[in-house]
Amino acid sequence: MSLWSRHKIFETNSIILVIGVLFVISIGGLVEIVPLFYLKSTIEKVEGVRPYTPLELAGRNVYVREGCYNCHSQMVRPLRDEVERYGHYSLAAESMYDRPFQWGSKRTGPDLARVGNKYSDEWHRDHLKDPRAVVPGSIMPSYPWLSDREIDVERVAEDMKVQAALGVPYTPDMIAKADVDLKIQATTDDPNAAALAQRYPKAAARDYDANPQRITEADALIAYLQMLGTQVDFKLYDNKANVR
Amino acid sequence: MLETYKFLAGFAQTWGLLYFVLVFLGVLVYALAPSRKDRFDEAARMPLQED
Amino acid sequence: MAHAAAAPTKQMTFGEAGSSLTFAVLAFLCLIIAAKAYTPEYAFHAYLFTAAFAASAFTIVNRYYDRPAELPPLTIGGKPNYNMGPVKFSTIAAVIWGIAGFTIGLLIALQLAFPALNFDTAWLSFGRMRPLHTSAVIFAFGGNVLIASSLYVVQRTCRARLVGDITPWFVVLGYNFFIVIAGTGYLLGITQGKEYAEPEWYADLWLTVVWVAYLLVFLGTIMRRKEPHIYVANWFYLAFILTIAVLHLGNNASIPVSIFSPKSYIVWSGVQDALVQWWYGHNAVGFFLTAGFLAIMYYFIPKRAERPVYSYRLSIIHFWALIFMYIWAGPHHLHYTALPDWAQTLGMVFSVMLWMPSWGGMINGLMTLSGAWDKLRTDPVLRLMVVSVAFYGMATFEGPLMSVKAVNSLSHYTDWTIGHVHSGALGWVAYVSFGAIYCLVPWLWNKKELYSMKAVSWHFWISTLGIVLYISAMWVAGILQGLMWRAYTSLGFLEYSFIETVEAMHPFYVIRAMGGALFVIGSLIMAWNIWKTITTAESVEEAALPAQPVLVAAE
Repeated sequence: MSLWSRHKIFETNSIILVIGVLFVISIGGLVEIVPLFYLKSTIEKVEGVRPYTPLELAGRNVYVREGCYNCHSQMVRPLRDEVERYGHYSLAAESMYDRPFQWGSKRTGPDLARVGNKYSDEWHRDHLKDPRAVVPGSIMPSYPWLSDREIDVERVAEDMKVQAALGVPYTPDMIAKADVDLKIQATTDDPNAAALAQRYPKAAARDYDANPQRITEADALIAYLQMLGTQVDFKLYDNKANVR
Repeated sequence: MLETYKFLAGFAQTWGLLYFVLVFLGVLVYALAPSRKDRFDEAARMPLQED
Repeated sequence: MAHAAAAPTKQMTFGEAGSSLTFAVLAFLCLIIAAKAYTPEYAFHAYLFTAAFAASAFTIVNRYYDRPAELPPLTIGGKPNYNMGPVKFSTIAAVIWGIAGFTIGLLIALQLAFPALNFDTAWLSFGRMRPLHTSAVIFAFGGNVLIASSLYVVQRTCRARLVGDITPWFVVLGYNFFIVIAGTGYLLGITQGKEYAEPEWYADLWLTVVWVAYLLVFLGTIMRRKEPHIYVANWFYLAFILTIAVLHLGNNASIPVSIFSPKSYIVWSGVQDALVQWWYGHNAVGFFLTAGFLAIMYYFIPKRAERPVYSYRLSIIHFWALIFMYIWAGPHHLHYTALPDWAQTLGMVFSVMLWMPSWGGMINGLMTLSGAWDKLRTDPVLRLMVVSVAFYGMATFEGPLMSVKAVNSLSHYTDWTIGHVHSGALGWVAYVSFGAIYCLVPWLWNKKELYSMKAVSWHFWISTLGIVLYISAMWVAGILQGLMWRAYTSLGFLEYSFIETVEAMHPFYVIRAMGGALFVIGSLIMAWNIWKTITTAESVEEAALPAQPVLVAAE
């Protein structure tokens, strides 16, 4: 009997160890993570930041799929050289619709947080096809298959539905028109471009891959790259309103 | 924002510090208590025992 | 469903019947998913799952017909009847995955020096191969070493057979199947896009099931122990298993687009996702690559040196201080980003404090050899492990340094980080793993010694040269790159365009690849040595047999 009770204590010891470990590791994580859901600087919206258009979202998924984040950051730090090289430092609000975030941790290539509108579509097409044709010293892999693979237009609405469920402000109207919007944005001079811009302010519609017959992954990826960092108008942005 | 910061900093510098010190003292007492010396010495030899 | 133990005649256990039935049902469900999959890549994975489940169901039933009526006893002649089959499997898997992971690392290192090696092919491109490399070395190589060593150590220090009959095999095979799914997924472009947590939702779900089984086997074996005390190595293993479970669930909380789609979206977004990611990422280093391998240090170094750990009390302080502080340090990966300043500062302060417990552990490991330093000259296996602890000390000094914001502003985003990671990964994690594998193989296969101690020495020196080349190249490359990015001309303009800083890296990338090649060669020597040990080395004589399980039923 006494042996039995001794044994019992030993058994509970390992449970005590489990509880102790769980307690100790919970505190740090909770203290650091939970406030981010309440602090003004991390949840505040900034004028101009909007959810991705269907085409940009598809392009972002290509960006994630190819692992671009392994070499490119999307986070300009508030350091003099970075601000001069890349542009205004990144705001928390600018990645509020990023699932997953793509801030990255390594700059084998340059930061892309503000790459939008810095180069022409043609430059991007050539660069993705063969980086060394445009930038001789580049060590980036070539991505020739992007201009051959078509976007599954019908499926984008499903992705948006999941995002809407997670809190991204996609309206039922936006989701219903996802495939239409995607096609509009990949077409130069589409008559409905204004309607697209109404749903997604500043969305630029044109044939990004210069192949009007098909909507390819190159269309989507270039559309995504060309909008990166362009949503906030820093002439109007008040950085005092958002102390971090 | 500043209030939030002050509140958090104040909390961390009082209760946070206290929590931290208490946990550390607890571990020290547990590990260094003379009454546990023999048990720990015995435990240290566990990998060396063959069965 | 009666339990076999209760019946004199041979009957299926509840576990056998239940698991084979479950696997059969799952195989069928996966077949349906494969048929309706949105993409061919996902269908391929669903077929892999179908095949694995069907094979598992078949194997369990087949094993039932082949096994004796009684399950293996817990003890034979008063000695524990250890279950070493799964340990053997994981040990061999670790060696194979290790070579694969190091070789892929060498390939991507060469890709950075010579981009033509991307071959303009999707699945061979750097962006897909790099996660394959990190997962192969961390989770496939490191994970198998941890599973093998933990299941060995917990049995030996508790003097108890592993809990469960099928479960230990489920853990080992299930974990390696997860690796296959994750790895093939990266090549096919299936990724969550979160560093070190790239596997998609269904692979994560599968890993969760396997991990819970792992925890239950480990904890159950501890509860079955005959010893009053739980040896400190098991504390570290337990903290590793528990924390990885918590981190895995937190960082992979995502909603799939459909059960027929490989794609999912994470519930966190932007800043929140960044902090959750690095809370995970940093503690994967802290609990997977540190706590788990410290457990190896606390068992294998005393065992090999044949003396108890320097200070058992220090090891307990080490344990609590380490797990307490590590969990706070994640934000140092996000210095100067859009993360609030207070969180960055908190991360920095704890990172610097972390130096203390880290060095406490290092001293504890090194001083275990006090009075036995001569063994370093004669035993290359012990030398591997002691050098690994020295590398641990070096990496945990460098880490806090790099977490200081001023240093981080220079080092972040550069190859200095890569050098730091590899001084920890190659010098600490891989070396202590090699040491553990070199210890385990003769113990598990009842061999007197390794086939060739000379080969271990060669492995040690070749790899060490490789590490030195690797990390010194990355230090120079990283600091040079950081300085070039922030260099200004006398007129106040940025001095270098980005591409000039890329071109400046070329010689260092070549040196790094050479270092990596040496490391691969070292691991091939190890594989050969282990192969020869298992197949030809002299066995321990029957009379001098320690309590190794030679005659274990149904394994």
